[in-house]
Amino acid sequence: MTESTATINERPAGPWLAVWTLCQRELVRFFRQRNRVIGAVGQPVLFWILFGAGFGSSFSMPGGDNGHTTYFQYYFPGTLVLIILFTAIFATISIIEDRREGFLQAVLVAPVPRWALVLGKVFGGSLIALAQGVLFLALGMTIGIPFSLLQILVVILYMFVIAVGLTALGFTIAWRLDSTQGFHAIMSIFLIPMWLLSGAFFPADDSWLRWVLRVNPLTYAVAGLRRLLYWDPFSQAADVPFPDLPSPSVCYLVTVLFSAASLIVAWQTARRTTKGDLLS
Amino acid sequence: MNSSSAIRVTGLTHHYDDRCAVNDLSFDVEVGEIFAFVGPNGGGKTTLFRVLSTLVPLQKGDAAIFGHSLRTDASEIRRQIGVVFQAPGLDHKLSVDENLRHQGHLYGLTAASLRERCDKMLSQLGLTARRGDLVEKLSGGLRRRVELAKGMLHRPRLLLLDEPSTGLDPAARNDLWTYLRQIREQEDVTVVLTTHLLEEAERADRIAILDKGNLVALDTPDALRDTVGGDAITIQTADSRQLADDIGAEFQFPVEVIDGAVRLEQPEGHRLIARIVEAFPGRVDAVTFSRPSLEDVFIDRTGHRFCQDGAPEKG
Repeated sequence: MTESTATINERPAGPWLAVWTLCQRELVRFFRQRNRVIGAVGQPVLFWILFGAGFGSSFSMPGGDNGHTTYFQYYFPGTLVLIILFTAIFATISIIEDRREGFLQAVLVAPVPRWALVLGKVFGGSLIALAQGVLFLALGMTIGIPFSLLQILVVILYMFVIAVGLTALGFTIAWRLDSTQGFHAIMSIFLIPMWLLSGAFFPADDSWLRWVLRVNPLTYAVAGLRRLLYWDPFSQAADVPFPDLPSPSVCYLVTVLFSAASLIVAWQTARRTTKGDLLS
Repeated sequence: MNSSSAIRVTGLTHHYDDRCAVNDLSFDVEVGEIFAFVGPNGGGKTTLFRVLSTLVPLQKGDAAIFGHSLRTDASEIRRQIGVVFQAPGLDHKLSVDENLRHQGHLYGLTAASLRERCDKMLSQLGLTARRGDLVEKLSGGLRRRVELAKGMLHRPRLLLLDEPSTGLDPAARNDLWTYLRQIREQEDVTVVLTTHLLEEAERADRIAILDKGNLVALDTPDALRDTVGGDAITIQTADSRQLADDIGAEFQFPVEVIDGAVRLEQPEGHRLIARIVEAFPGRVDAVTFSRPSLEDVFIDRTGHRFCQDGAPEKG
């Protein structure tokens, strides 16, 4: 071999470098597509205007013992999760575009482990979702909810964990699909109901829906967020005003486990060769 | 294991569901060769390309690249090969520079060495002035050059290209070949490409002809042409079967009918034409005479014409 070719393997390709570069690419692509940015900023602003405009009235939680929870307080965490859900999952549609444009093929034959591909795409999508969540959080501060700095940091971290879980879920779905239309179908029959039945929209009552809520991991994401948002670190009475919710440790544990499991499923999915890999 | 083989394939068979795309292929590609797989659409070139580029797993048989088994050592092989797919693999929303930078990161290149390689590839391929442009603003020929830059960025020892000249005009095609020869000479890169154009394959050092998943010929273009027994004569006529039989009976050599035309290969073809026309007055509508081409080799080996519809292989 000549000297020029002997230098190829001076260092092994670092998987974390691949994660970083794929994640960064995701963000750059996002900010270059103006309609996506407008949508991303517009959606939280729209929700914020709706809340601010007329829904500030008193709202009594069914089964709750406190009549003073406002409509806004009740719906804010669920809306936050909805924003994250939409953005996180739509961000992974880009995997279908990557396939169609042939970019994915080049990544598949690069010396990059599949978990690095998954993490790069998922972190990229999660950061976009998180940015939107933070924007809505900031808007929320202007209409009624006071947050401490610590609380904001913890909430942001928690939102990131939720976003990672949902983006990984979207990745798993998108990996097998060859059209964005198919993705929209799954979105409406699976993901939207998943959100509706998470306690974001209405609390659990005694019907069979209670059981659906109980096994839906998003229920714990919403409940955990609800607790964190109304959490007062200096108060001992942590359960007020949501005595019916799962305990904080259960919420956080389920959410973290859900994200970890989603990532593992996404990784296993990406390890398999699909027909969609064969583009030409 | 022969250490001078860039690629060694033995008994490679590949199925899609129950369709056999590649059947029991065995061949070697030497280090430093420009090697072309040529064949009609559906011949198995793209399947072979997918296997060699590690995109699909090996099913049956064995294949090694620089002595590393495709079955067990795909990640080492990935470091040593550059791949240029037929479907463009560029991110259109990113600039030329950004595409190269991400590619470099995927191959573990960073900082100064990455910058140096990018600069070198861009200047080698005449892209320096366009480095800041978004890929979506580039012409097809320029995009193909960016693909080449991407494929060569990490100094692969073997460059695999699937139908690299599809969509290129003749000038761009010439540039491509100049570049391929240049990297072979200067960087000792082995080049393996697929094509459905026989005239393109003739530019390679050695060619392998694939038809319906089988390897029907493998040699240098000259050696292959020499295997065809002389000049090729094609005769258009109303009843080709009858004329073929009559010519065969009259002159005592094999005559075939291919795609409705009488076809024969004999030395001293120009003299033979005159004798045939005289022997069968009024029955010959048109005669084509040609020195043996790769198409003749193909017909000789497969018994049918090389259908060139210009469309890239699908599936």
